Amino acid sequence: MLTETASQTAGPYLHIGMMPAAAGLDVAWGQGWNVLAGPDTQGRRIRLEGIILDGTDSVVRDAMVEIWQADGNGRYPHPEDRQDKAGDGAFRGFGRTAADFQTGLWWFDTIKPGAVQGRHGTVMAPHVNVAIFARGINIQLNTRIYFADEAEANAKDPVLRLVEQEKRRETLLARLEERQGQPVYRFTVHLQGELETVFFDV
Amino acid sequence: MERLGEYRARNREIHPPAYFPDYKTSVARSPRKPLVALQQSLSEITGPVFGRDLLHPLDNDLLLNGKVNQEPVGERIIVHGRVLDENALPVPDTLIEIWQANAGGKYRHVNDHYVAAADPNFLGCGRTLSDADGWYRFRTIKPGPYPWRNRLNDWRPAHIHVSIFGHAFVTRLITQLYFEGDPLLRHCPIYRSIPDEGARERLVAKLDLGETIPLDTIAYRFDIVLRGRRQTPIENKLQGA
Repeated sequence: MLTETASQTAGPYLHIGMMPAAAGLDVAWGQGWNVLAGPDTQGRRIRLEGIILDGTDSVVRDAMVEIWQADGNGRYPHPEDRQDKAGDGAFRGFGRTAADFQTGLWWFDTIKPGAVQGRHGTVMAPHVNVAIFARGINIQLNTRIYFADEAEANAKDPVLRLVEQEKRRETLLARLEERQGQPVYRFTVHLQGELETVFFDV
Repeated sequence: MERLGEYRARNREIHPPAYFPDYKTSVARSPRKPLVALQQSLSEITGPVFGRDLLHPLDNDLLLNGKVNQEPVGERIIVHGRVLDENALPVPDTLIEIWQANAGGKYRHVNDHYVAAADPNFLGCGRTLSDADGWYRFRTIKPGPYPWRNRLNDWRPAHIHVSIFGHAFVTRLITQLYFEGDPLLRHCPIYRSIPDEGARERLVAKLDLGETIPLDTIAYRFDIVLRGRRQTPIENKLQGA
């Protein structure tokens, strides 16, 4: 058996390779990957936005955030999702963006995912899978974003229930704000400290 | 969910710890509470699929993809290798993205203020998909080492950043490729953040005379290993695993 290649930090210049326009390069690739909902995508359109705070409560402004989520029906656009439900051909499930160099804000225009089948007949509440990369982060941090207005589904979610301290489950909730009639879910990541976000070993 | 398709647990002993104080930025950016261990579900064993329609012909040729009036300054190199999983099976059709400094150690990035000269003919980014047998190849120049603000006299060894997906969200990996014989390696806190010596050395690309193009381009070999499935059920082979 072989051993996995070791991770190294993505560093401060990660934009060059993954979002060249953000680095200031005139390269078309990697643009627009924070817009997951196209004109034909089914489901409720939402904006998902957030910031990342370090252990001194300073905003992290050089991070990259990647998300992977199911479509509005709760199906992943991937051959190994064999759930018996229709998939949305107009949704690719993957998003990538960079924190703003000034404000640290990152955002995605996407749809609210449906519930997905979990292990052993359970149902997972709607959620978005997240990986965070940045200078000073030696291996990506994996977390999940759940939706605060799905209290009933969240209470039954097998992954949230794995988090022993109920108070810490709240670190995984994005909260709904209406902004100019558009639903915006806001999620704050705390890398460290009292409010440290739950990170998963997946 | 059926157990089909689950990946082996990540062996965290071969990865750098989140908190590694010699790399100062990690101090305030490292979680201090234990990770919550998750048994994989569909959310973990699926992941983004990228097609060849994404790519342009010069995307993996950094000698040409930023060329304005001449090829970039520096030592012409080929970087190539194979993407395998822990079960030694090839990982085909997976997206690989790279980025690097120019020959003088300067990045083409709005936030890089190092005094070294910019090279207008070099972007420093490339991408490709592995082929059906997991092979990939880039043409580029050897990046230069550069100083960075950590301890006062820290220098990064020459390196290329490598980002790779695999076929699931949990196989995602970002690492750095180094070059055989670089004396800065033993002083570099980022390289040394990897606790396992063997794991460190596997990040060092080896001179590959066999793939070198005489009188033209030197080749380096760099193989990448991604997490593998706990078992290899027949059904999965349909997906080319």
